[in-house]
Amino acid sequence: MSKLVPPIPKFLRPGPPRPGEKGAGSNGAGDGDGNTPGKRGTGGNGEPGTAGKLRQGAAEGGTQVVGWLDERTGMSPFLRGFLYRKTPKGTNWFYTLGSATMFAFVSQAVTGVFLAMYYNPDPSRAYESAQFITNEAFLGELVRGMHKWGSTVMIVLLFLHLGRTFVFGAYKYPRELNWVIGVLLMVLTLAMGFTGYLLPFDQRSLWATVVGVNINASNPVIGPYLADFLRGGAEFGAVTLARFYALHMLLIPGLIGALIGAHLYMVAKLGTTAPPWLKAEKKSLSQEEI
Amino acid sequence: MTPPPPNTRERKSRYTADRGVAGSFEGETMTRRGVMTGGALLYGGMATAAFGLPALGFALGPMFEDGTQDVWQDVGAENEFNIESYIPKVTNVVADAGEAGKTTIYVRKLDPERDSKSKSDKGKEPLPYVAISTRCAHLGCPVRYIQASERFACPCHGGIYDFEGKVDGGPPVRPLDRFYTRVVNGRVEVGERFSVNSELERFSPRDPSSHLDGLWQYLYPARPST
Repeated sequence: MSKLVPPIPKFLRPGPPRPGEKGAGSNGAGDGDGNTPGKRGTGGNGEPGTAGKLRQGAAEGGTQVVGWLDERTGMSPFLRGFLYRKTPKGTNWFYTLGSATMFAFVSQAVTGVFLAMYYNPDPSRAYESAQFITNEAFLGELVRGMHKWGSTVMIVLLFLHLGRTFVFGAYKYPRELNWVIGVLLMVLTLAMGFTGYLLPFDQRSLWATVVGVNINASNPVIGPYLADFLRGGAEFGAVTLARFYALHMLLIPGLIGALIGAHLYMVAKLGTTAPPWLKAEKKSLSQEEI
Repeated sequence: MTPPPPNTRERKSRYTADRGVAGSFEGETMTRRGVMTGGALLYGGMATAAFGLPALGFALGPMFEDGTQDVWQDVGAENEFNIESYIPKVTNVVADAGEAGKTTIYVRKLDPERDSKSKSDKGKEPLPYVAISTRCAHLGCPVRYIQASERFACPCHGGIYDFEGKVDGGPPVRPLDRFYTRVVNGRVEVGERFSVNSELERFSPRDPSSHLDGLWQYLYPARPST
């Protein structure tokens, strides 16, 4: 009979008493059952008060949930290695520029999603919908402003990060591949700037894009084809705007996200470099060698 | 005499039976594992191509379409235009792009004495009207006509064109584009765009910054649709 009852998950079963705890009344579940001792557990002597039990249950509940997740995903060795990795002596604020660039990207992604809820990539509606975001939508001016200025912030941070990597010599063996990935990310970020500039569809963005596409067209041999691909035809038209919108919100962000993953993996795998002004500690090294 | 050492680099037999593969048949040259690996790759590749190629064609397709409108647009009566100066007119170059599809063109009557002869007009009647596109041949900014100097000037990078639209200075690589013109019942009509080289020879419409003279023209191919 009892075999028909599905087994209670481990995290719902009462745990064994902790050292120094009387009886087996500890109920490890964080599901609020901690204050009904009659249900589970023995409810022996030395029972803490209801409030105390609640607090204890809540504290253990978090641990239990994390434990449940960890048992199924095996994340903790990875996370320990990733989040608690060692950094060299001399690591300073310049080392945060990469993360800052990534958070600028995250901010762009989040504000971009909300802008997409109002924006309409149709040549006759694009300008009006952008005006609607600025003037009518609740907090629209703020979100659009964050997206607009955030794009500049991201470019600035990206180039500071690039400069830091170059000046500190952090592109050298074995990190050359990460430099290459970083350069690809730079190109994609500039492509984001180029494709996003058209979307407000005012005079400035239209003519800037016309000139930008024609700069691509000035490339020998592949130029005319590249320009036709960007415009979606021989003339700048409705297809162009839809195309730039799709590139700006789907294709390029996806590529950037994937490459950021690869970039971070390499950073975690190879570690960061010490700043170039830090000399190797020869004394202790030779002692170790002896 | 010692026998020569056995050739260790000798190629393996192509028959699975000779190579000692378990369960091989006589005359069989491919292992079942090889068949499965190749088959999985083949079908995986076919499945990827099944959505990848249409998507690619979808994105690249417009390049091969003839985007020009084969439509003649009325720009005004014949007596509106003269041989002295250009009259600005608005035409629609892209049908579905709203205001962004409209563009200004400059129209004047052909002056047989002043206008240079184009090689393309040999043995033919020249176009009765000169319709000049405002798209700068450098990077596509809109040029404007200044009657006092009889020049076209581009605001972006200082391209200057003379009365016929030939390059007079600045970065442009060829004269301003033109449109075909005709007269129907006393009305001037404007047709498709064409590009011209420095001798006003006609070419299919090209992008700004595409050269049409000398060896340079071979570095800038015409689009596949034309």
